[in-house]
Amino acid sequence: MRRFFILVMTILITFTFIGCGNKKLTLNVYNWGDYIDEDIIEGFEKEYDIKVNYETYATNEDMYVKLKNGGTQYDIIFPSEYMIEKMVKDNILESIDKAKLKNYSNIGSDYLGGAYDTQNEYSIPYFWGTVGILYNKKLVSDPVDSWNILWNEKYKGQILMLDSQRDSLMVALKKLGYSMNSRDPKELEDAKQALLQQKPLVMAYVVDNGKDIMVSGEAAFMVTWSGDAVALMKENKDLEYAIPKEGSNLWFDAMAIPKGTKYPNEAHLFIDYMLRAEVAKANAEYVGYSTPNKAAFELLDAETKNSEVAYPNINELGKMEVFQDPGSFIEDYNRVWTEIKAK
Amino acid sequence: MFKKLSGTPYMLWSIIFIIVPLFLVVFYAVSTKDGDLTFGNFKRFADPIFISVTVRSIYIALLATVVCLVLGYPLAYGITSVSPKYEKLLVILLVLPMWMNFLLRTYAWQSLLGRNGMISSLLKLVGLGRVELLFNEGTVLLGMVYNFLPFMVLPIYTVLKKIDTKIIEAAEDLGANKITVFMKIVLPLSVPGIISGITMTFMPAVSTFVIPALLGGGKYTLIGNLIEQQFLLVGNWNFGSALSVILMLIVLISAAILYRYDKQEERVNI
Amino acid sequence: MRLIKRFYILAIIAFLYAPILFLMFFSFNQGKYSGNWEGFSIHWYVKLFNDKQIMKALYYTVLVAVLSSAAATILGTMAAYVIFQMKLRTQKLVLNVNNIPLLNPDIVTGVALMALYASINLRLGLLTMLLSHITFSTPYVVLSVLPKLKQLSKDTVEAALDLGATPFQAFTKVILPEIMPGVIAGALIAFTLSIDDFVISFFTTGNGVTNLSITVYSMARRGISPEINALSTLMFTTVITMLLIVNKRIEVKDI
Repeated sequence: MRRFFILVMTILITFTFIGCGNKKLTLNVYNWGDYIDEDIIEGFEKEYDIKVNYETYATNEDMYVKLKNGGTQYDIIFPSEYMIEKMVKDNILESIDKAKLKNYSNIGSDYLGGAYDTQNEYSIPYFWGTVGILYNKKLVSDPVDSWNILWNEKYKGQILMLDSQRDSLMVALKKLGYSMNSRDPKELEDAKQALLQQKPLVMAYVVDNGKDIMVSGEAAFMVTWSGDAVALMKENKDLEYAIPKEGSNLWFDAMAIPKGTKYPNEAHLFIDYMLRAEVAKANAEYVGYSTPNKAAFELLDAETKNSEVAYPNINELGKMEVFQDPGSFIEDYNRVWTEIKAK
Repeated sequence: MFKKLSGTPYMLWSIIFIIVPLFLVVFYAVSTKDGDLTFGNFKRFADPIFISVTVRSIYIALLATVVCLVLGYPLAYGITSVSPKYEKLLVILLVLPMWMNFLLRTYAWQSLLGRNGMISSLLKLVGLGRVELLFNEGTVLLGMVYNFLPFMVLPIYTVLKKIDTKIIEAAEDLGANKITVFMKIVLPLSVPGIISGITMTFMPAVSTFVIPALLGGGKYTLIGNLIEQQFLLVGNWNFGSALSVILMLIVLISAAILYRYDKQEERVNI
Repeated sequence: MRLIKRFYILAIIAFLYAPILFLMFFSFNQGKYSGNWEGFSIHWYVKLFNDKQIMKALYYTVLVAVLSSAAATILGTMAAYVIFQMKLRTQKLVLNVNNIPLLNPDIVTGVALMALYASINLRLGLLTMLLSHITFSTPYVVLSVLPKLKQLSKDTVEAALDLGATPFQAFTKVILPEIMPGVIAGALIAFTLSIDDFVISFFTTGNGVTNLSITVYSMARRGISPEINALSTLMFTTVITMLLIVNKRIEVKDI
């Protein structure tokens, strides 16, 4: 019986510890998986004596749903441009006080003032890049310059598509010569048919797990982001990256502060810390994506700086588009994607 | 006084954490985003695409159950007939894998079955050429059989173990051969074990979303994946709840069918 | 015939252990990608203990398992005692409710609880995960204690009461020792279920609180780090060692 009481007491004590143990201020940072150098977070924690609670998501939609319905409060998030547009419309982003960001001027002007947030009132660029086709030279004999190659019967079972509705629909819309921001139900229906027609050729719909498959040479193609392409091309020398001539997606991810944060000042501190040249450089080296931070870019090694995949001239990219928030038309995107996946 | 006090916490707990959430799901299922009552979510489900997902889920779960039964019964029977020392060891060996994280065990198949993985290389050596092993229906089936086989074997084993050897000896003394003994005595007596084995295999198989997510390459969608998608990706809790209600109905109906078999058996036994 | 039987049993055991041995083997791999042997190394084990995310997940997994199994054991044992004394009709009703989480698909339990927490504006995190774990494991405790209560002779309890014991004393001094095997079995089941749970936790946690299964799942989407292989190898060998010790000390009658 005494042991029983000890058990109960232990539980009670543990509970009280949970209740009032953590007096230190905690920032909740919600980011894409594997999208930050965690040593950097540690550096921030030490310097400012703030605890960082780091959590990850796989897609913008995951993050949005969790933020809206999940009963969760985050202090820093890393949405993409179209999601920023949507969140601004929904009025769930806190405006950013640039006066508090000493390192704001580190960001290159090419990357500021995108249509999604023209004054950068709500978002500070984090990384940017393109979407293209990563392919294995050994397995592909045809030239890779068009999305059409992903519909080529010859490569049945060797194609990896993205398990992300907007990105996959982008591929189909672009292949058909439409805008990837189409709001035309007929065009969307065409894209759906194209993807359904392609499905038997697809090896798998992947998010990040396709990386292993590409490195081990098990698939010929993967639709992927330029930053991942750079990293994977280092792992396997047979891999090449191409942006199809029909055009593709030019994307930006940015740091933002959701409304309702208890610590707006500390959130600004965090963003400013991330904008420091050395920090942004270390982060860019770890993550492998292209940094919009000019000061950090200058610190990178020559090979990376000259890489056409990682740092193409943003003004010479041709038919690139930036995702826009489709508004309530997203319901149609949702429906179409659910149907493609369910088939 | 003590009696009353000790019972109340769990009764309250059951109401708050078991009954209320289920009502919430049903409520979501029959309402729109704005909270108006509607049957629209179920109407949407009537689309051939969603019906085919449901049929596919039931079909593959049944298939997995049958494979588990066919593989598992002989195994359970085999275990009862080895020497007691090995018997204990085998039972432990059967339970032990459950102590390794099931996601990880399932994920390991991805590497085992990959194009350059071990099994492919083995098949290539034998001269079977390149075989597509990963990301198809067969892979998902394999994942299910792998995960749920012990759930089939253990209940059957327990029941077989309890069968009184004297009955079998008596039958043999009366001239029954091994096959007759098995068909007339062992098999009928093991039905309760088979039934609980089927329940423990079919129920998780029909509702899983992890196995197709890990081994189906995102191409093979089951009703569990649809629910997950609606709740976490699309954010349409109403349609997701309608799908959950349908999944509950499937489980309830299959449980009712199995329960009836169980009851009939009991009556026969008495 | 004998040979076929042996071969069959061994083949199935091999099937069950193939992925486990594979994982353990590649936890000692130098390289990062499973299936590509690059030489022996234990550096994933070293890295494992420095990986904050995995260590945090391990911490939450164990914390939730300990707390939820303790709470479920207490709650379930008390509930079983009361259910045992109920009239048959109420007993049936209560047991039916008790069986809902057992029968209901995990994913439905998960989304239902998620809906509950959202409706009362409870922040997803450690508390919600803990509450969910207690909810799905208590029924197993009830079901493992109840049969032991049924074996209990009513006379002993009555004798205790006649001799002046309060009902509380009768419970703790007479009943509890008798049903202890059932209570312990229930606690073990609750603990195991909690450690291994993925689906329900996946839907009911948030704010940086994850358990090992969730970490594995999110890693599976971007390639599993061999650190996780190392961790499972450690956990698995711990379990085997514990089983061997237990097996040595007391003969296991049935599992």
